[in-house]
Parts: sequence; C-alpha cells; structure tokens
Amino acid sequence: MLEIGKIKTNIEAAKTIYSMDLYVPEIAKKAKPGQFVNLRLTGKLDPLLRRPISLHRINPEEGTITMLYMVVGEGTAMMSEMEPGETIDVLGPLGNGWNLEMPGENAVVIGGGIGIAPLYPLIKSLKESGKNVELIMGAKNADYLTDPSIYEKLGASVTITTDDGTAGTKGFVTTALEDSIQAGKCDYIYACGPKPMLRFVEQIALNHDIPGQVSTESHMGCGLGICLLCPSKMKDGGYKRTCTDGPVFMIGELDYE
Amino acid sequence: MSNVNTVVKIGKIQWKNPVTTGSGTFGSGLSMTEYVDLNRLGAITIKGTTLTARPGNLPPRMVETRSACLGSVGLENPGVEAVLKDIVPKVAEYDSNLIVNIGGSSVEEYAEVAARLNTSDDVDAIEINISCPNLKKGGLGFGTDPEMAGSVIAAVRKETDKTVIAKLTPAVTDITVMAKTAQENGADALTMCNGYPGMAISTKTRKPILGNIQGGICGPSLKPLNMLHVWKASQAVDIPIIALGGILNADDAIEYILAGATGVSIGTGNLVDPTTTMKVVDGIEAYLEENHFNDINDLIGLAWKEM
Repeated sequence: MLEIGKIKTNIEAAKTIYSMDLYVPEIAKKAKPGQFVNLRLTGKLDPLLRRPISLHRINPEEGTITMLYMVVGEGTAMMSEMEPGETIDVLGPLGNGWNLEMPGENAVVIGGGIGIAPLYPLIKSLKESGKNVELIMGAKNADYLTDPSIYEKLGASVTITTDDGTAGTKGFVTTALEDSIQAGKCDYIYACGPKPMLRFVEQIALNHDIPGQVSTESHMGCGLGICLLCPSKMKDGGYKRTCTDGPVFMIGELDYE
Repeated sequence: MSNVNTVVKIGKIQWKNPVTTGSGTFGSGLSMTEYVDLNRLGAITIKGTTLTARPGNLPPRMVETRSACLGSVGLENPGVEAVLKDIVPKVAEYDSNLIVNIGGSSVEEYAEVAARLNTSDDVDAIEINISCPNLKKGGLGFGTDPEMAGSVIAAVRKETDKTVIAKLTPAVTDITVMAKTAQENGADALTMCNGYPGMAISTKTRKPILGNIQGGICGPSLKPLNMLHVWKASQAVDIPIIALGGILNADDAIEYILAGATGVSIGTGNLVDPTTTMKVVDGIEAYLEENHFNDINDLIGLAWKEM
C-alpha cells in the first residue's frame, strides 16, 4: 500500500548509519519481520526511483516503523538530512520476509554492517516462540557498530566482531559462526549482510549441513515484481526477483558467482 | 460523469482514454490492481514476449542516472505459449484493450509470435519492439535500418488483421524515415519510442555497471528528445502515435498530445509511483474541462497545427 509517512525522529545511530521513525499506521499494522518499504522522497525527481529500506522495528501499537539505514548515495544522504515532521511517500510492506518456522532450538542470527537492520523483528519473533538466539554482529570498526544492547534486552546473546578489533573480537562474523557450530549451538542460520559475507556464511552452512535463510539486497525499480530490474541469480541457472520472490532466500538457492 | 470526450481511435481499436502502459514497466498489470483500476486504462500493454522463454540479461540490470533509469532486462519472459495460457485470459477480464509487445531475433520469430497471438480473441493489438538485435545481421538492431524494420513490420502484418503498432527505436538519424517505413509496411500506429541506448561506468570498479554493458535510458530526462521525435513524425505520417518517455503526470501527457501524439504510455512513471496511470487519466480529463475543450482529439498536434 501507499502511505504518506510522517517522520517522528531521524537520528545518527553510528558512523554513516541513521535511524528513522516513521508514522505509517496502516503499513505498521501489516508488516512482517524481514519485509521492506520502498521510499520516495516526496516530490523529488532526482533521485527519481524509490529506495528500498528494510524494517528495523515494527510497532503496530504506535503505528510506526523504524528504519536503520546507511548513507550510501544521494538518496540516503537526503534522507539523513530530513527533519521530524517532514513526510516521505512509503510503498509497502514489500517482500516475502523471514520464514520463522525453523527446526531445532538454537538460532544463530548474523548481521554484517547495515545487514543488522532487518534482524531486530526476527530476533523478537524467535524469542517469542522460545528459541535460543545468538546474534553475531559484524562491523568494520567500533564507529560503525550500532547499539547491541537492544538485542540483549530481547534475550539474545550477542557476539561482536570487528575487522580491526576496536570492539568485540577481531575478525569476521564467519569465525564466530564456526565457533557456534563447533560448540553445538547452531541448528539454524539467519543472515543479512554484504554478498561476500553471505557467500561465506552459506559455504559454512552447507559444509556443516545447517539449513537457514539469507536476506539479500539489490537496486530496485518498482519493488512490486513488475519491472524485473532486480534479479537474484539462482543456482538452477534462472533468476528470481529480489523484491517479491525475496529478499529472503533459503541457504543453497543463490548463485554468488 | 464528465462531459468531455477522451475516446481515441488507435488502429482498429477504440481506447476509452489515451493512456496505456509501457511494455515491461507494468508487468501484465495483474500485480498492480492494488494501485490501478485496470478498467480505467485505455489499453494495457504487457511485457515483451518472444517465441520461447528467455532468462533475461545478467545482473546488474539497472542504474539510476540523473532523473532517469538505465535498464537492461533483456526480454526476460516465459514465451508466447505461456503468455497466451497464463496471462492473456486473466488480463482480458478487465474492460480495457490488451496489447502484447513482441520481440524476436529474426524476422521469422517475430512473424511466428504474431501468428500465435493472432489466434487469441483476447489480444486486441500487437506492438512490435523493433529495437531487438537481428542475430542474422550480426546483432544490428532491426529498428536502426529502414529495410530491416520494414521487413519485420510487413512480416507481422501478414500474420494478423489485428491492430499492429510499431515501437520505434529513438536513436536514428531521421525518425520520419522510420515512421514512414512503418506506415508503408502496414503499421496501424507507432509507439515512440523505446529507451535510448546508454551505459554507465563505476568509478569504484572502473568497469561498466550493467551486466549487459548497455541498456535503455528511460524516464523524465529524455522527454524533450522524444517530444521532438513525436513532433516530427506526427507531421510525416497519417497513423496515430503513442508517445512514451518520461511521462510522470497529466501535464507531460498533454504536452506529447499537443506535439502530435494520440495515445500516451506510462513507463518509468509506474516505478516512481504505481498510481501514475490513474493520475494521468484523471488529469487529462481535468485539463480538458479547465481549458474548455470538449474532445481530446482537438488537442492532437495542436502545437504545430496552429503555428
């Protein structure tokens, strides 16, 4: 659906990462973990197309959604400068979202960089259904790390890795994932992050025969499945639409070549 | 009920208003029904269809440029049989005209797709994408060569009595040559135009961004280019023109109609705002009323007729 969203807050959450609360009561009512919205900075023709942003928090009672987004180009830079009270044209909720049915009791949830964004509502749902959740949060360095305590408050145990060791353990999320698997604490994997990270996560998962899901991203034309501009390449040789067939795919489906 | 006439005639079919959808930017329309009342469109133009299924081009398939989008889908489609079986009957349930856009790698492929579509009573018109590469002529686009364009249009014409629309390639030396060629070879109407060929290079990777290297530029930044094409072609041929290129609102649509277009097609506008077609339909009617015109047909080519 289309809704004109009113910005409630828009604050810096970490280096180049912002958190925006938007009042969109209808979308907030319908949205599920892992879905996204496609935003148009109202009235602007440049940037022309909408920007797909995943849902970091869904608060149907308050009628709001929170988007944790990274400034990567002109569109997100303009977004970061918007003030409370301003409005944004919101199309959504879009995409398939996470499948919350998982085998076993122990979920390892992995967020690399801004890939942390769609994991909050996932962890919340997993905890509500009684699963044990370990969140592995990866960032370039401490400056790029958003607040891990919000996940701890949900009841997840949090492991932090940074490329340079300025926060948590020095290294990559994949090392932490291997540790969890070795410790027998991983029945299922949920991951979101840059493609190279997802590729390594999938390799590890497939090596250990652990099922799971990954959420991927792409530039998008419409977000509605009509334009075929956001294909994800599948291992069977074909393409699927990242927007409506994804953004969540099962581990083993995507072709990272 | 409005008392202005918005009905236009394009080939053998009447449209309740001049508004249709750019092939490939609206799917089949069936997944747009939350945003668009398909019954209110003059015509629904569905995605480019080829003889057999095509997987489409390697990603990335899009780059956003200044007020435009560079896209290269590469005719991803399930093939004409699947389109006839799974898509056409469902779209035909709506009270609009159904136009199927077709592509091919050879004159024979175009003709065969047209022959297949001709068997369906649900298909009201066939739009020929002549911008496809001719694999028998080293990949040269059919649409850039009058002889090749003419042979494709004539071959499709032979297969069907339905309305045939030729969708022209914009990047040609003289658009009137191509427009006349299309008319002479039996096209009932023209769509003007397909995306302009373009490319973009990443300064980070120092390589072309699109998997296919080149794509078609669509969106508002190319409106003046197509405006001139429509202006010239509408004075050179007698068949109606459906303008396509950067229409985001009724004012853009009216501008094209004043330049000589009879129909208007919304492409990238559907991506920017899925309700664009409805806004254009309403806005055209409002423009006629506000400016005291009784009939949309009185506006066609007015900019040159009154010079």
